Order: sequence, then C-alpha cells, then structure tokens
Amino acid sequence: MDKRVINLEQVVVKFAGDSGDGMQLTGTLFSEAAAKAGNDLATFPDYPAEIRAPQNTVAGVSGFQVHIGKNKIHTSGDHFDVLVAMNPASLKANLKWAKRGATIIVNEDAFEEKALEKAGYASNPLEDGSLDAYQVIKAPVSRLTKESLNDTDADTKTKDKSRNMFALGIILYLFNKGLESTFEYLDEKFGKNPKVAGYNKLVLEAGYSYAYHYEMIHSTIQVEPAKLAKGKYRNVIGNVATAWGFMAAAERSGRPLFLGSYPITPATDILIELSKHKSLGVKTFQAEDEIAGICSAIGASFTGSLAITTTSGPGLSLKSEAIGLAVITELPLVIVDVQRSGPSTGMPTKSEQSDLYQALFGRNGECPCIVIAASSPSDCFYAAYEAAKLSLEHMTPVLLLTDGYIGNGSQLFKIPSVKDLPSIQPPIATANDPNYKPYRRNPETLARQWALPGTPGLLHRIGGLEKEDVAGNVSTDGANHEKMVHLRDEKVQRVANYIPRQEVEGDPEGDILVVSWGGTYGAVHAAVNELRRQGKKAGHAHFKYIMPLPLNTAEILGNYKKIVVCELNNGQFVNYLRMTHPQFSYEQFNKVQGQPFLVEEIVTHLTDGE
Amino acid sequence: MKTTDERIPKSDIELNRSDFVSDQMVKWCPGCGNHAILNSISQLFPRLGYKKENYVVVSGIGCSSRFPYYVSTYGFHGIHGRAAAIASGMKIANPSLSIWVNTGDGDSMAIGGNHFIHAIRRNIDMTIMLFNNQIYGLTKGQYSPTTPMGAITKTSPYGTLETPFNPAELVIGAQGTFFARTADNSPKDMSNILEEAALHRGTAVVELLQNCIIFADKTHAMVTGKEYREENQVFLKHGEPLLYGKDRNKGIRLNKLRLEAVEIGKNGITIDDILVHDQYEQDPIIQLMIAKMAPPHLPMAVGIIRAAKAPTFDRLVDEQIEAQKAKSPIKCVDDLLNSGDIIEIK
Ligand SMILES: Cc1ncc(C[n+]2csc(CCOP(=O)(O)OP(=O)(O)O)c2C)c(N)n1
Repeated sequence: MDKRVINLEQVVVKFAGDSGDGMQLTGTLFSEAAAKAGNDLATFPDYPAEIRAPQNTVAGVSGFQVHIGKNKIHTSGDHFDVLVAMNPASLKANLKWAKRGATIIVNEDAFEEKALEKAGYASNPLEDGSLDAYQVIKAPVSRLTKESLNDTDADTKTKDKSRNMFALGIILYLFNKGLESTFEYLDEKFGKNPKVAGYNKLVLEAGYSYAYHYEMIHSTIQVEPAKLAKGKYRNVIGNVATAWGFMAAAERSGRPLFLGSYPITPATDILIELSKHKSLGVKTFQAEDEIAGICSAIGASFTGSLAITTTSGPGLSLKSEAIGLAVITELPLVIVDVQRSGPSTGMPTKSEQSDLYQALFGRNGECPCIVIAASSPSDCFYAAYEAAKLSLEHMTPVLLLTDGYIGNGSQLFKIPSVKDLPSIQPPIATANDPNYKPYRRNPETLARQWALPGTPGLLHRIGGLEKEDVAGNVSTDGANHEKMVHLRDEKVQRVANYIPRQEVEGDPEGDILVVSWGGTYGAVHAAVNELRRQGKKAGHAHFKYIMPLPLNTAEILGNYKKIVVCELNNGQFVNYLRMTHPQFSYEQFNKVQGQPFLVEEIVTHLTDGE
Repeated sequence: MKTTDERIPKSDIELNRSDFVSDQMVKWCPGCGNHAILNSISQLFPRLGYKKENYVVVSGIGCSSRFPYYVSTYGFHGIHGRAAAIASGMKIANPSLSIWVNTGDGDSMAIGGNHFIHAIRRNIDMTIMLFNNQIYGLTKGQYSPTTPMGAITKTSPYGTLETPFNPAELVIGAQGTFFARTADNSPKDMSNILEEAALHRGTAVVELLQNCIIFADKTHAMVTGKEYREENQVFLKHGEPLLYGKDRNKGIRLNKLRLEAVEIGKNGITIDDILVHDQYEQDPIIQLMIAKMAPPHLPMAVGIIRAAKAPTFDRLVDEQIEAQKAKSPIKCVDDLLNSGDIIEIK
C-alpha cells in the first residue's frame, strides 16, 4: 500500500510518556535517524526530577521534543506537528502545545479508566470528541508489542519495556526514515545481549509495519536533507560537546586534562563523558563534594593541568570560596555551571539563566572572573574550548555558563579538526629563569607565569593570603593589596582585547535591538527573524562574552531606538548592562518558568502595544 | 615495604637541611611545637633524596598551615579544611611529586573532615602531618574536635559538651593504611616516623602531638611530659612486645577482647603474655585497640600503629589510563570526533 508523501520544510515531533516509558531514548533514536538522513535538528528533553515519578500522573510525564528541518533549525520548536502519547497523562500534559491539525499517536491500551482518572480526565478523550480537531491514530501499542514478542521467550517485563520501540517504529515509518540506524544502535547497545537487541528489533519492525498497513495513515512525511555546507556532521548533545571542547583544548595546549567534579543534574553528563576517555589520558576525579571537586582541580592546576570543575547552581555556591583561591593564586581553572532553576534545589531538571549574578559577583572580596556563556548544544564545544584558552593564557579562572536546555539538548554539529582551532599558549615559566618571580606579569595581558612543580629553579609558594606584587611574599600592606586588587581586575578587563567584537545579526541599526545571552540564542534569533519578516528594522545581539563585555558593546547598543533584553530570569543581564552601560535605557522580557522561550511569545512581546 | 616512589625523580646532587630552609621569617610563637616539626622536615627532605623541585607542601588554614611558607620547596597554602582535597588533585594529576600536607585538628577534622576521611579512604600517596594541639590556635583558643570533653576554652567557658575525635580511630575507621603518632618534643622519633610515613605508599597520617603554648599549653603533658612519659607512653616497634615503664617491666596484653596493662613477674605474667606489635597486619582490629589506649588506665601508644599495604589511587588511575590507551582505537580528539554516527556532505 503506497501512501502519498507530503514534503515539509520542518516538523516538530514530541514523544511523551511515563518517566519509565523510555521516551528519552525514543526521542534520541529518532533524532539520530533524522541526523543520519541529513536533517538539521534541535532537541529538547524535558523530564521530571524523579526517576520513576508516580505512574500515569501529569507530574510524571517525561517528554522529548525533536525539531527537524531542511533549513537551519534554531530551536526545538514552540508547537509540535506530531505527538506520541503513551498514556492519558502525557496527552493531558502536552495537548496545549499541539499545532492545529496535529497528528496524535496514542497508545490506546493505556487509556483505561484508572489511568484516565489519574490524569484528571472526566471522560475518555479518545471517545468524547475532544480530539476532533486532530488526526488521531489510536494504536494498541501495549497489546501489539506483546503480540510481536509472543513467539519469543521474552519475559513480561521486557515486553512492557519494549513499547517505546513500537512507537518509534510508527514514527520512523511516518517520516520515511529507515530502520537501519536504529538497528545499528540496538546492536551496539545490547552487544553483549543479542537476544534483547533482537526483541527490540522485532518490536520496532512491528510498529513500522503496523503503520504501513494502518488505513488511517494516508500519507507519510518527508523532510528533505538540509542544505549543509560541505563537511562531516554529527548529532551532538550539549554536555558531551562541552566535554569534547575541553579535550580538544587539552590536546591543543599540550596540558593534561583533569576534571574534579561532584554529580549534579544537569551537569553530570560532562563528568560521565570525560570519564569515558581515559584512552586520551583524561583524568577524572569524582570527589566527595563540590568543594573537593574544585579544590582537587586547583591542585591539578597548580601542578600544570588544564583543570576543570563542573557543576550546577547549588554546587557553584559551594565552590565560591575556592574560586576566590584560584583568583588570588592566579591559576587557570574552568568552572562550568550548567544552570538549572533555583534558588536552592529549585527545579533540578528545569532550565534557567539565573546564576549570572552568582557567576559575576558570588564571592567574597574583590574577586573578578572571566564569564562566558555557550549559546547552543554545538556551541558548547567552542565555548568550552574558548574558556580553556582564556583561562590558560590569562592565568585566571573562567566561569562557563551553559544551561539544562542546551546541555541536554542536541543539535547537528559540524565536526571541526583540532588543528584548525585557535592555538593555546599558556605562559609556562622556563626552568632556572633567574628573573622568575611568582607575580611578575606579562605587560600586555597582566598574566603571571605558570611555574610547574618539578621544574628546577622556580620554587615558590602561593596561596590564599594576599601577596606582595611581583615578589609573591605574604603581605598585609594596604597599598599593596589595593594594587593587587586593581591588577587582578585589570587583567580580566584586558581579556576584552582578546575576544571577538560583538556581532549583530539582522539590521545593524534601526528600531529595535534584541539582546540575549546563553542558551536562548535559537529562540531569540528566530523571533528577530520573524520581526524582520514583518517589516521591522531589528537587530539581534547575542552575548557569549559577559565578563568582560566585548569592546564595541556601547557602539552597538547605541545604534537602535529601543533595546530589549530577553532572558530566562528576573533580569540579571539587563541589570548588568544597566550597571556597565548606564547611558542607555533598556526594556526587558523575562520568563522564569523553568522552560525555554517560545519564539512566538518573544515575537508577541516585542510587537505588543504597537 | 618501605620504598621511595620511583615515579618521583631522585636528586643527582646531595642536598642538605639548608636547601630546604626558606627565606621567610617564621612567625610562630616562641616555644610553639611547630618549630620542632619544621626542623624535622627540613632534615628529612634531603634524606629522602628526591629532587628538591619535586616536593610540594600543601596546607589548609591555621597556625600549622603556614608551614609551606617556611620550607623551600613548591608550596601551596590553601583554604580552611581543604588541603587534603587540593593535595589529592596534585598527586593524581602529577604522580612525580612528593606531596606533603600540613593540617591542624580543626582544619582536618572539623571543616575538612569530609576531605580528610575520603583522601584516606582512597589511599592517595601523600603524607599528612596532623598537628594536633587540641585547640584552634590561629583563631585564638576555641575548642576543636579533639579538645577533651569538659575543657574550658574561649567558646566553652563552662566546659565542652562534645566527645572528641581520636584521630587514629578516625583514620583507621576510614580504611587508612598508615597511622603513626609522635610528639613535638621527641625530635628523633618524630623524624624516624615521618621518614617511614614518607616511604609508605598511600595516605600516611602522622598525628603530631603538638603543644600550643598560648591556648592549650601542656594539653598533652600527661603523655608527652618528661615526668610522665615513661609511665604513660608505650613506644611501638614492629615485631616487639608492647613494653613500657621506667624499668620496662610493664606491658600490654590482650585479655579476651580487651587490652590490659600488666606487670611482668606479677600474677604469673611473663614476657610471652605481652602483645607483640604488628604494624603490617591488614586486619586493623588490634591496631585500633592500640590506637585507643590512653591514660589513666593504659599508656598512650606512640610510634607507627598501622602500615598496611594497599594499592594507591593515583597509581590505579595511571594503570587504568595505560590499559585504555593500549586498548582503544581512539588516539586523539580528531579520532573521537570522527567516531560513531557521522554524516558526510560532499
Ligand atoms: C571558611 C573558614 N572558616 C573559618 C575560618 C577561620 N579559621 C581559621 S584557622 C581556624 C582553626 C584552626 O585551628 P586548627 O586547624 O586546629 O589549626 P591551628 O591554628 O591550631 O594550628 C579557623 C576556624 C577560615 N579561615 N575559613
């Protein structure tokens, strides 16, 4: 039965189910298949903090959204075209994000009385007409999954757990994607257990052929491969890209890589990824807490490693004192904060941009750090690389801000070659240099030299007590302290000479400049495009370098009648701009719901009242 | 079992004490026990024979933690309680360094308690010198986790209400492989013990019974004081019976599940009844009992209580890396980036 093929430029698919339903995996596998087929894409996993939240409840719904397209994809999409809902709760939680006429594939078997009740449905939405506006595919996923495994000796648990493969089979068919890449994945994942791989494949095929035969599917969807520049690509998750960026920086700088870290959502995946790469000499140390994580990294930095510590908001709080130590000892160190919702434990699996104040100011004393922010999953690679470069070359800690949204999300990534990345040259002191002094500085960067233990002739002692300029002896002299405070500050300010000028996308001057930073790049970019399509003269300045700001910041801000700063917090960056560039006036658009911006809400906000 | 770490390069010239004396003015109070410990270290370092530039002295915060400034090596003065964590990173990152940690009883057992026990548990190759003066010195006299119950201090004007830690119990309880105790007023023993600690592969903790002349003067006097020493100390020697007393006629025997002070010649006790010390025994149970001995009922044990062999974390890290390097087809970051599912656009 051949079905009509509809060509679409872009499609958003959402997988939703109970937190035990394997929706994260299903979504990941679908995005891998799309990437393999050459689509550009962006993903957004959204899951509860509990490992197995109460079954069939709205609170327990785990979702994974995938946006694929033949053109550049900037966000994981505001609304979906296709929803897979494994139970009533996941339908309930997601229907509000459906596009008009969206295709909704439900596991009909799960729509039984108790589950409906738990999800808060008074009547069955599959029967009461409430879904009439959508194209609903009622698939008996649970039953057919079991049936497809009837002739095997798979146990009940396996049969239950394979449901997600059935759903994936339907989706792969619907999107004209082959099964090969998923087969390969299953073979690899269950390499030691070919039987289980076999079960999964059976179920996947069953879902696929179910869709093929299903009368209600009149057409399948084809998204042509994106027109990408020549080169090699892969789908990459933000946190993994961060880990790779550091590995590339270590290789390029010739410094061994050391990570001292303590697990915390959503940063843990960086630790997990780096701990896999012992073969490249990466040393990972899972410390007893965040403080030990950063302190071990400081120790490693003192002895000559590219030292990293990774965490999320609450962990960054614990690291504050030690960051001060790295600032005063003027050692390289990268502190990654994959931001989540706060304060305190907040909403651990939800994303936010509200640690900016903490990154800029959250320490005792005059304690300046370089602060940079990654803007997308694949940019995490470059941001990590750049953070390492700045830290090593300027001998000072760098705070790298990413967030749960880009850390967990994935995107197509053009694979660079390490030799094409900018060189990294840490100021390592040479053995027996008669002029070596711990706090003698490079006149240009003000960076001191890195004298590594084991090097003859450079013995010295540093630490948290204030040191005498140049000589490096302990000093409580007031004038010296003031001088050192200025020097450390000036050193960070001068980094502005080594970072790119701020760019503006869109109109270089005009009515409105939309300002953003960090993980909101995609949504704001798409919103500004929409404004321009509507005829506005609009520019978009997305800041990756926050401390210091690019040298031309004022120049850019002055080119527009209105500046609106969009961020997922209560206005931290906008206030920072108010402080650093008080000559301009700013409007702000903030969202603090633990969810990314929708393109549409930014557009609405920016055009409201006009 | 005693070996220098072959990963640490040896000095090709003979060094002596003066090579390790820094140009900084030592600012401890006159009469402070720290002076003797410093002296001991500057004599020991040349004896161990490593290159001068491969010693790193690391500390937290406290009077004792000023130590790194006073030794002419690479030195790092950290933040309160975190020396063990900083040192862990140093040794793991660069095993060719000989790592020395100075810490106080407050530094390592109050604020740094967590790092202290975990460094020990991992058995990272370093020597921790625990300056135990049973008081917070630098902050001028507040009680610490080792201050005896009931002690009057600045923050316990009516006596402390806390049971103190016995560092030895804490170390052995944390799976420590080496623990020794010595006093700042017996320089020779101290020096030998620190040497053995340095030669132990793993985390070696040496508790230094140190006198804070200002805020807890004579806190260890019942054990270390000249007039009490013979009766209240038993000096441990591997393979030798636990004998003490002016006439060395007193000893410790294991009576059922307890240690007991006995006198040779009395009640039919002979030298054969006396417990023989085995510092290398893996099972720490008897060492733990020895560690807990204290006046008035028993003498306090000084010397090496435990020196058990176990793999060190830093070495295991290196071995794992070597094994993966040999096994993995991924030899550089380009290999990694180009492994897995790749889409090529031509
Ligand atoms: C985070 C932090 N909390 C508190 C202090 C204050 N402080 C400095 S040293 C010290 C106690 C030191 O006592 P101890 O470790 O026994 O060392 P000692 O001075 O006796 O050698 C305290 C509480 C500090 N420096 N940092």
